Amino acid sequence: MTRRLMEGSEAMAEAAIVAGCRFFAGYPMTPFTEVLESFAEKLPEAGGVCINAESELEAVGMAWGALATGARAATGSTGQGLSLMQESLSEITRAELPLVVFHMARGQGDYFQATRGGGHGDYRQIVLAPADVREAVELTQLAFDLADRWRNPVHIYGDFLLAHTSEAVSVEPLSFDPLPPKGWAVDGSLGGTGRSRNINPIGMQKGVKGIEPESFWKRLQAKHDAMAEREARVDTEQVEDAEVVVVAFGSLARTARYVVRELRREGQRVGLVRPVTLWPFPAEAVAQAAAGARCVAVLEQNAGQMIDDVRLAVLGAAPVAAIGGISSDDAGFGVGPIFDPDNVRRRVESALSNEVAA
Amino acid sequence: MSQDRLPVLPTDAPPSEPARLLGRFKPKLLLHEDHDLCPGCGEPVAIRLLLDVVEELGCAKSCIGVVGIGCYTAFTSAMDVDLVQALHGRAPSVATGAKRMQPDKLIFTLQGDGDMVNEGLQEVIHTAARGESLTCVLINNGVFGETGGHMTSTTVLGQRTKNSLEGRDAAYHGHPILIGDMLAPLGGTAYVARGSVHDAASVVKTKNMLRRAFEAQLEGRGFSFVEILTMCPTGWFVPTAEGPGYLDSVLGAVHATGELKNAERLVTTAELLAAAESAAGERGD
Amino acid sequence: MSVVESRGTVTIETARCKGCELCIPACPPGVLGMSSQRNELGYAYPELVPGCTGCGACLLVCPDFCFEVYQYETPVAHEVGS
Repeated sequence: MTRRLMEGSEAMAEAAIVAGCRFFAGYPMTPFTEVLESFAEKLPEAGGVCINAESELEAVGMAWGALATGARAATGSTGQGLSLMQESLSEITRAELPLVVFHMARGQGDYFQATRGGGHGDYRQIVLAPADVREAVELTQLAFDLADRWRNPVHIYGDFLLAHTSEAVSVEPLSFDPLPPKGWAVDGSLGGTGRSRNINPIGMQKGVKGIEPESFWKRLQAKHDAMAEREARVDTEQVEDAEVVVVAFGSLARTARYVVRELRREGQRVGLVRPVTLWPFPAEAVAQAAAGARCVAVLEQNAGQMIDDVRLAVLGAAPVAAIGGISSDDAGFGVGPIFDPDNVRRRVESALSNEVAA
Repeated sequence: MSQDRLPVLPTDAPPSEPARLLGRFKPKLLLHEDHDLCPGCGEPVAIRLLLDVVEELGCAKSCIGVVGIGCYTAFTSAMDVDLVQALHGRAPSVATGAKRMQPDKLIFTLQGDGDMVNEGLQEVIHTAARGESLTCVLINNGVFGETGGHMTSTTVLGQRTKNSLEGRDAAYHGHPILIGDMLAPLGGTAYVARGSVHDAASVVKTKNMLRRAFEAQLEGRGFSFVEILTMCPTGWFVPTAEGPGYLDSVLGAVHATGELKNAERLVTTAELLAAAESAAGERGD
Repeated sequence: MSVVESRGTVTIETARCKGCELCIPACPPGVLGMSSQRNELGYAYPELVPGCTGCGACLLVCPDFCFEVYQYETPVAHEVGS
C-alpha cells in the first residue's frame, strides 16, 4: 500500500480509472481543468478515451453516447459549465444512464445546483461531497458503483481546494457487490430481431407507437424515492451531548472538524454533522443531533443554501443559525478566508456564546 | 391512351400469374408501416432508404443509430436497429461517444434541419472537423415540421413559413445556411453529398449516396454526410401533390443536389447549380 | 379490341394510403390513377390499369409503404375495350 503525494484532481482521475471508467469528455474551466488534464494523460494508457470536447454541451453528450454502449463514463466541469449541461443531465437521468459528474465548484454556492438540479422535470442525482483527497478517492469509486447500481447519474461535489490540494494517498480498488450485466446497452447486436434497443428519456418502446409519460415518470419517481431512503451518508462527531451542532460539508467541513475537535479539547460542548451525501440529505442524522441542542449552526460558504435542508430536517426542534457566508479570493474561485481555522473558530464561538440569530 | 377506357386491375393480393417479387411493402428493418406523419411527407421515404442500405450492407446487427428530435423521432419505435435517442441538435456528440467505445460498429445520426443546422450546428461541424468515423444524415425540409412549420437555418429566401409569412427576407431574417458547403472543405470529411426524394430517380441517386457514405465509414476514411431534401407540404402550405415540385423548384434551386465531396474531389453547391443550369441549357429546357 | 401488355404488377395496401398522389406522376407508363372511392381514413387511393412495367417507382416514392411490386414471368396481355 504505497502512498504517493497526489493532487486531488489526479487522485480522482486515477480512482475513476481503477473503478473501470474508460471514457471521459470535458472542457477546461477553473478549477476543473486539471481533472480533464489527468484523464487526458491517464485514460489512453488504461485503454480508454478522453476527448477534449468543444463545449460542455458536447462533453456531456459524448459521455451520454459512451454510457449508452455500456461503458463507465464521466464528465465534469465547474458550476458555470454544469449550468450549460442541465438539459442533458436531467434527460440522462430519465434515460437511466449511469453518468458520473466531477463537479469542481468555485466554492459552496453550487449546492442548490447540485442537489436540486437546474434541469427540467422531476429527477434526482446522488451527490457525494468528499472532505479531502483521501475520501475523494473512495467516493469516486463509490460513485461509479452507485451510478451502475441505480442506473442513475451520481455527482461528486468538489471544489478548488479538493482539486488542488495534494495529499499522500494510495488509490486502492475498493470491492463492491456484483452488478447485473448491462443487457440494455447498445452494441448493434439486437438489430433485425424485433427487440432492438432504444435508449431514450421518454419511455419509448420498440414496436410500440406512442408513449405513456405518466407511468414512466412515476416509475422513475419510485426509483428516486428508493434511492432517497437507502443512500444517505453522513459523518457525525461528538454530537450526543453537544450544545452547538455545526453542520458543514466538503472542504469546509474539514476545517470545521479540526475546529470542533480543538474546542472539545478546551471543554466546549460542540459537535459536527457532516453530510457525505448532499442528496439524499441525511435529514435523520441532523434531526437526531439537533434534539437537545441549543443551536444548529450551519457553516457553508454561500448565501445560505444547505441551511434550507437543515431547517427542513430540524423542523423547529432547535434554533438553526447561519454561521457561514460568502467568502472568496480575489479571482472568485471560492478559496476564501472562511477556510481558515481561526475564521471558522470565531464563527463557531459566536454560536456558542449565543451571539447568532436563529 | 385514356385511363377511362382501361380496366382497373385487382391489386389487393399478389398476382395469380407466375411473378417475381421485386420489392416488398417495407424494409426488413422496419417493424411496422403505419405512422402518423402527414400525407406526402418525404421523411418515411428517406428512412426507407437508410434502413435498406444498412440491411444490404449486412450491418443490421452491427449498427447503432443516434436520432435527433423532429417528426421522424416517432419512427424510432419502428426502426429495428439499436438506437440512442439524443436531444435536439445533440446527436453528433452522442454518436461520437458511442463510436469511440464501439469503433467497429456502423454508427449514424438521423437529424432534421431544425435539429442539426439550428440547434446543433456547432456539434456537426466539430464532429466533421474531428473526422469522427461517423455518418451524419440530415433530412432537410426547410422547416421545423414538428412544431408546425417554422423557419430554420435552411429555409430559403422567399419561402413562407409560420414565422416568415411574407416569405423569408434576407434583411430581416438573414440567409440560409448550406451546411454541406460548410462541412465539405473540412479536413476530417471523406464524403459529403446532397440528395432528395421528390421522384423515383432522385430516390435511387440518394440511396447510392447513403451507400457511399456508409462505405466511407466502414473503410475508415473519415466523416461522411448525406443531406436528403424531403417534402413537407404541411410546412410549405402547398397541396400534398405539389410537394415534389415545390421541393425541386424552391428548395432544390438553392440546396442543389449532387456530391460535394468524394475523397479528393471538392465542389460547392454554387458549382452544382451552375452545372445543372448549363446541362438544362444544353437540353434546351 | 386491343391488347395492352403488363410486364409487371403491384399490390396496393389501400387502407394505409393517405391520398398524397405522389405515385401518380412518379409512374413512368402512367398506369396509376386515384380512385373515386375513399378508404376508411377518408382518402382516395391509387388504382392500377394495364401497362405496368414493374419498375418499382411507385414503391420508391410512397411515404406510406403501400406498394409491393412484381414482375411477371411472362407478360400478361389485357384485352381492353375501345
